Amino acid sequence: MDLSSRTDEMGAARSAPGLDARPLIEARGISKIYTVGEQTVRALDEVTLSIRLGEFVAIMGPSGSGKSTMMNLIGALDVPTRGAMELDGRNIAMLSSDALADLRNRTIGFVFQQFNLLPRTNALRQVMLPLLYAHPRPADADALARHRLEQVGLKDRMDHYPSQLSGGQQQRVAIARALVNNPKLLLADEPTGALDSKTSEEIMALFCKLNSEGITVVVVTHEPDVAEYAKRRVLFRDGRIVEDIAQPGFLGRAAE
Amino acid sequence: MNVFDSLGIALTALRANMLRSILTTLGIIIGVASVIVMVAVGTGARSEVDRQIASLGSNMLVVFPGSTRVGGRAGGAGTRLPLSERDMQALREKIPGVVAISGLLQGNGAIVYGNANWTTSLMGIHDQFNEVRDWAVIEGRGFTPNETRTAARVALVGKTVIDKVFNGADPIGATIRVLNVPFQVVGVLDSKGQNSFGRDQDDVVMIPMSAARGRIVGRSKLVNDNVGNIHVKFDAATDLAEAQAQMETLLRQRRSIKAGTEDDFNVRNLSEFMRARTSALTTMGWLLAATSAISLIVGGIGIMNIMLVSVTERTREIGLRMAVGGRRRDILMQFLVEAVALCLLGGLIGVTIGVATAAVVALSAQWPILIAPNAILMALGAAALTGVVFGFFPARRAAHLNPIDALRTE
Repeated sequence: MDLSSRTDEMGAARSAPGLDARPLIEARGISKIYTVGEQTVRALDEVTLSIRLGEFVAIMGPSGSGKSTMMNLIGALDVPTRGAMELDGRNIAMLSSDALADLRNRTIGFVFQQFNLLPRTNALRQVMLPLLYAHPRPADADALARHRLEQVGLKDRMDHYPSQLSGGQQQRVAIARALVNNPKLLLADEPTGALDSKTSEEIMALFCKLNSEGITVVVVTHEPDVAEYAKRRVLFRDGRIVEDIAQPGFLGRAAE
Repeated sequence: MNVFDSLGIALTALRANMLRSILTTLGIIIGVASVIVMVAVGTGARSEVDRQIASLGSNMLVVFPGSTRVGGRAGGAGTRLPLSERDMQALREKIPGVVAISGLLQGNGAIVYGNANWTTSLMGIHDQFNEVRDWAVIEGRGFTPNETRTAARVALVGKTVIDKVFNGADPIGATIRVLNVPFQVVGVLDSKGQNSFGRDQDDVVMIPMSAARGRIVGRSKLVNDNVGNIHVKFDAATDLAEAQAQMETLLRQRRSIKAGTEDDFNVRNLSEFMRARTSALTTMGWLLAATSAISLIVGGIGIMNIMLVSVTERTREIGLRMAVGGRRRDILMQFLVEAVALCLLGGLIGVTIGVATAAVVALSAQWPILIAPNAILMALGAAALTGVVFGFFPARRAAHLNPIDALRTE
């Protein structure tokens, strides 16, 4: 597979120094078309986007701009109607349902607005969840989960249930869960949407720290404050990318 | 994700909705309990019937005197010509395969020993009666042919009689008064327990036929050698149906019954009669089987219903599991295991209730309690199968959810 030529094609101007040249996410002319009754809705229209390993990207746009659809495709939860979408070098349109599940399991860590923690399950078991679905299953699942909970600062909360944790703590558990299988991509959908501003800052600082440790972070948000943390900002409108800029003065640098 | 992970998740989910889980499994509980009761009652009843057939004696036919029929009114057994010693003699000599034969006169009467008295069942028998009925004399001796013929004043006593009147004394050689006539006890009868009507068969005193005739039952006006019923034991090689036909032909001849007229006697195979009675039990068994099947189906629909509710309630959870790498198979397995666990929970409660019910039935019917481990496994298997069958549709629905829609569900 010729990765370098594709990188060139996707615009070398965006590449920042010190980043791995390989694209982790590569969308080439992808469209997503929904049919609602008689109407066809073009949620994504010929979008081309490349995100390399180690980037910190904020995907922005108003509702209906196509950013959520893009997130679903990046997250391998959906496949495009037209065009090629490659994640970690694999065209997701060609993968079976099981292979997509494995790709999500190994390559992507999801963080949601509503945390999506399981009820009646303590933090440690929440974090172990992706490992239950891993093939092969790691023998040291317990230790891996403990390590990730320590990494997000919840060393003393391992046996707490979601109802015993604050919003920020719950989101940290969710982040630890996203990290536990050592994914290449942390994909966050409005991660601060349910949190107050102070907690939001802490969570975003955590994303910056993780990104500085090498993980690729993609945050889908409509809040400009949140997008400020990213090194690169991609703005969607009406199913197309209208702006894609590097942010030399991103807030993340202050956290480093 | 393996079955044990799925089981852990299932148990957590079931515990969270404890009351709902138990109420849901009511159909399964009833179904499984009736399977257990059905099998226990069925095998208990069958073993009881087998025991009773064995207590009647094997390979045996009984001739009962017939009834008169005057203008369409049947007069009841014994209103016609009684069976006589000569009939018995003819049967012994002319029917092939007879190994033992005895008459039986039955009645009730008081016996007295010392200052104890007791009203018991009295039987007038021939010397071969014990052999015909497989009713052994366990102490002392049976009657001799001579004693039977000569109206000797000897008696055999059953266990209950010994308990009631002898009060620990050795019965052999003791003299008891039977209907105010002294008899010497020569033997003790083996215990037979209750008969199929619940009567204590050990509450009995047997005396020779000739001594009983005219005492236990009045002398017949028609014959002076009435023998009551005739019990005939055949060797194992004899076809009882054929022997029955031969006996009927012989007795019709002897008793000069014209062709086209009803018999004035009945030859019966009591074992067959007993088996016919078990058909009622079999019918009851089928009814219970139908109840279990219907309960399990209704219970299964309840399980399906609650599993669909569970899938709907946990749509977001399913979406999350898919997002973190759960395959369709994993989701399917999780909900299938939950349905099976729910059914097995009901199954275990059902087994407990079933065993308790079977024990109560067995106690009240005085049957041995027969609860085969196989029956329990079968019942639990049926419950688990119900879980698989009725859990499959909801589980499949969960597995085929679109992860995006599932995650977006409120």
